[in-house]
Amino acid sequence: MIDTSAMGLIQVEEDVKILPPNIIITSFDKIINWGRLSSMWPTTFGLACCAIEMMAAGAAHNDLDRFGIIFRGSPRQADCVIVAGTVTKKMAPVVRRVYDQIPEPRYVIAMGSCACTGGVFRTYSTVQGCDSFLPVDVYVPGCPPRPEALLEGLMMLQEKIRNEKARWSPWR
Amino acid sequence: MAVTEVRITIHPAGTDPVQIAEKIKELFPEQVIEVVNFRDQVSVIIKKDMVFAILKYLHDDPLFSFDHLQDLTAVDYLKKKDLRFEVVYNLYSMKYRHQIRIRAQVADDKPSISTVVPIWEGANWHERECYDMFGIRFNGHPDPRRILMPEDWEGYPLRKDYPLKGPELENDWIGFREVLKRSQELKEFEWEG
Repeated sequence: MIDTSAMGLIQVEEDVKILPPNIIITSFDKIINWGRLSSMWPTTFGLACCAIEMMAAGAAHNDLDRFGIIFRGSPRQADCVIVAGTVTKKMAPVVRRVYDQIPEPRYVIAMGSCACTGGVFRTYSTVQGCDSFLPVDVYVPGCPPRPEALLEGLMMLQEKIRNEKARWSPWR
Repeated sequence: MAVTEVRITIHPAGTDPVQIAEKIKELFPEQVIEVVNFRDQVSVIIKKDMVFAILKYLHDDPLFSFDHLQDLTAVDYLKKKDLRFEVVYNLYSMKYRHQIRIRAQVADDKPSISTVVPIWEGANWHERECYDMFGIRFNGHPDPRRILMPEDWEGYPLRKDYPLKGPELENDWIGFREVLKRSQELKEFEWEG
């Protein structure tokens, strides 16, 4: 351990020290997680009425852009996928393919009762929860969830990213 | 400012559907089984043999002019009627604003009926859906594939003897089982958080 107390470093919060006027010392985890959670780009996968609420969450009134959340049309440049709506068995291979194209590290938000559990559709054609073939990080219940609920789900995902230890690295 | 003159031709109100049913009965006495009138909605229940001729007549006759097929679907009367299925045609005349319902009975064994795509082009997807959900084949259909379910799906989901919750997982649609299998195989490559 290097004794930094004599160097004039000031601890401003946990893991962050500054040397006035403009040197900041922090950990990789802290800075990279901060960068990643502040520019989280979900790929759009609207499947049903939940997609309308997802669009409402992205529009002017709720404005996802202020959190750095910008919908990205291509999964290859996205960080997470919001599965918004009923996943049918016929659609399941397509959802999985979109997820497979997202580069690691990647996250899944299951939006709405249908994506979480199948919802009211306990039928032959509906997947009973998209967690049967996707690793879901955040479940947002509701039918459909209000934009505020989706926002809370995204905040929870940001919180998860904030507390991760070196998941951003391929040589962990 | 240019003024566009709009001329609307208002045709006289159409024929009472009871009279249309009478006319069908008169022209095709062997084919009509029953005429049902439920709250002024008139249904003509017919045999399936001459369904094309009857519907062609209703479409072409200048007095009836049923130029719009509102809907084409089927009903499964499992254990309720001797002939299991009924294919339902809801007809409407844009010209005269009258409507009638034609129901053709189809037996359970390899159910099939004549197509009406040559009369109403819009029947194409309706008949495909009907085949998809009930397994009724439409003879002469230009494109007799499934329309909603995957093409290699087994069974016809809207039949009354089809299980609502679908087949068990081991007998489920092969495409879905492959997705589940692939997601298990790819699990080892996930960057666990």
